[in-house]
Amino acid sequence: MKTLVETRDLKTLFPILRGVFRRHVADVRAVDGISLSIKYRQWVGLVGESGCGKTTLGKTILRLLKPTSGHIYLDIAEEIRDKISELEVSEPTSKAYKNLRSQYDLATFSGRKLKNLRKLMQLVYQDPFTSLDPRMKISNTLLEPISVHRLMNRASARERIVEVMDMVGLTPKHLPRYPHQFSGGQRQRIAIARTLVTSPQFIVFDEPTSALDVSVQAQVLTLLEKLKQEQNLTYLYITHDLSVAETVCDTIAVMYLGKIVEMGDPTDIFKTPRHPYSKALVLSTPIADPTRKRGRLVLPGEVPSPADPPPGCRFHPRCDRATDECKAIEPTLQAEGGERKVACYHPLD
Amino acid sequence: MNKLVEIKGVSINFYTYEGVVRAISNLDLDIYQGETLGLVGETGCGKTVAALSILRLIMPPGRIESGQIIFYSNGDKPTDLLAIAESKIRTIRGSQISMVFQEPGAALNPVYTIGDQITEVILLHRKQELASKALITLDKLLVERDSLSTRLFRPARIIQRRLYQRMSDNPGTRLLGFVERTPIIRRFLWRLEKEAEQIAISLLKEVEIADPYRVIKQHPHQLSGGMKQRAVIAMSLACRTRLLIADEPTTALDVTIQAQILELLKRLKDEIQTSILYITHDLAVAAEICDRVAVMYSGSICEIADVVEIYKNPLHPYTRALLAAVPKPGKKLSAIKGFVPDPLDLPTGCCFHPRCKNARDICKVKEPIPVEITPGHFVTCYLYDGEKLENSG
Repeated sequence: MKTLVETRDLKTLFPILRGVFRRHVADVRAVDGISLSIKYRQWVGLVGESGCGKTTLGKTILRLLKPTSGHIYLDIAEEIRDKISELEVSEPTSKAYKNLRSQYDLATFSGRKLKNLRKLMQLVYQDPFTSLDPRMKISNTLLEPISVHRLMNRASARERIVEVMDMVGLTPKHLPRYPHQFSGGQRQRIAIARTLVTSPQFIVFDEPTSALDVSVQAQVLTLLEKLKQEQNLTYLYITHDLSVAETVCDTIAVMYLGKIVEMGDPTDIFKTPRHPYSKALVLSTPIADPTRKRGRLVLPGEVPSPADPPPGCRFHPRCDRATDECKAIEPTLQAEGGERKVACYHPLD
Repeated sequence: MNKLVEIKGVSINFYTYEGVVRAISNLDLDIYQGETLGLVGETGCGKTVAALSILRLIMPPGRIESGQIIFYSNGDKPTDLLAIAESKIRTIRGSQISMVFQEPGAALNPVYTIGDQITEVILLHRKQELASKALITLDKLLVERDSLSTRLFRPARIIQRRLYQRMSDNPGTRLLGFVERTPIIRRFLWRLEKEAEQIAISLLKEVEIADPYRVIKQHPHQLSGGMKQRAVIAMSLACRTRLLIADEPTTALDVTIQAQILELLKRLKDEIQTSILYITHDLAVAAEICDRVAVMYSGSICEIADVVEIYKNPLHPYTRALLAAVPKPGKKLSAIKGFVPDPLDLPTGCCFHPRCKNARDICKVKEPIPVEITPGHFVTCYLYDGEKLENSG
């Protein structure tokens, strides 16, 4: 399988400026060195608590935010990606490196170059109640991407929006309505239709169902599955609900304070989590089975501030397996055979 | 088990410009003492309206059309919450029945500190207890008489003591109402506030807030979502309520924080022996916390049973569809077809029939009535009428 999207050591830091001279005192390390590769037609789930940087990662990949360092590739051959990484180590100041990067690395793009790629990458926001313009009719909302990218003339644009409305299970009679006339599930369908107008390859979903009912969530998820098959789409699905990710995703990456702590097959992670944090997430996830007896492991405390992450392993203050090693040196993501990767010194069996 | 609240034939309509919304029609529901009853349903099915009706908080254009809500309070005669005077229900709200809302950020007042907001409940409902506590501290102060300051404050303290004595003897005294409303004199009550603050701190400790002395002086925006929800729970349990209505208390929170809050509610329920009416749209959450589950659809209960029973043996087609929509590891997701009916224009007969796979002709005409299949397992569906039971049994 070919890789569609890849990030290499991606970092997005937000500076904290203090005082009269706007002195740079610290950084909020929202995304702190993430390497993630997403294959063609893969549905990757990104799971973590609020404040762990999931949304920032999604937005950085789409270049809605400028990364501080690192590389983002969209549909670039592996040789070129490797070449850039190689040059970065050997001669980071050379012209060849800079040329290659400005040609292929999304992290350096801007202006028209970026705009051309925007139609291939789309985003669906969390809250469908705020992501749609309340003063725009649905038809205008859907026509906007077409006019921004100058994709087609008016007549074929009309046809196109009727087509995408049909794809998400809405009818042309909904087009002249305003967002407030729709229910939450229908609004999320409209938001999905809006991303499909430009026929993208890659869509990032930022908790698209957390504002919805469970029954409506199931409808939206089955719709996404159908669209993925029909339109050959690739998804990055951001969620805090592990059971949703387990049900729909092909791969899961568990994120904690700007780092990926575990990656792998959803079923494996759910059945045998290796990282203590993944285990805590699995145990916290409610399951619709009252007879299930589980060893309750309620995670103490809350996520520390990413402006001042703990030294060593970022999870160690909340981890019951932490040793001195964990407090001193940060573990890296180690491959464990197959797709599975874990960043922990004392992984669970 | 004894009944705590008995909802009998309650109907609530909302009179809007577009027409009459039948939010709840003929609802029957019993809440037993010391149980956690889950009320499960999709958005707009009337879960919250049902909960608000228990506290009689339905605001116009809503109106409670008919029915009774009988509350079996401790020792007293059972009272019909829908029939008693407004002043009477105000003494019940917050002290006997309290509520935790979905959005902790919206439930707290942003301009008051957490301490102010918790002490408000205590000052309102536990005055007598506060007064007697303050009396004890005052008596201690009046005994020692050596220093200058104690001699200086002595007259003021004696007046204070008299006031508190009156309060602890008769909390409904009119003098108290006068003192509370008059500026300057009102300050004589400061000892009560002090005592209330002590209680607030112990409440915050009870809901496992790490640093209650700091939190009590903080404003809601300084706390995280989970902390805010804990503070709201502390507030609602301030008077050792008999019934706690939790309206989707964890929907706005992360799964890890949700697990913490659910654990907390379970523990507190046993400790202070309250009943919980837990409203949620997520059957997975209901499975975690509830003893019994009632599934609601378009303003009426379609199935009610013990938690193990309802997940093992769901009978109503809607319950089955809802269970299939919950993501569960190693299971394929299947969505319910169609949408929740428009409350302005409810379908005739059984409200679920347009989305039901097993709908028959009778479903479209006549509303089914609840049938008890096994003890405690009621289902409102024609699939399980008497005739069918005879055939299968």
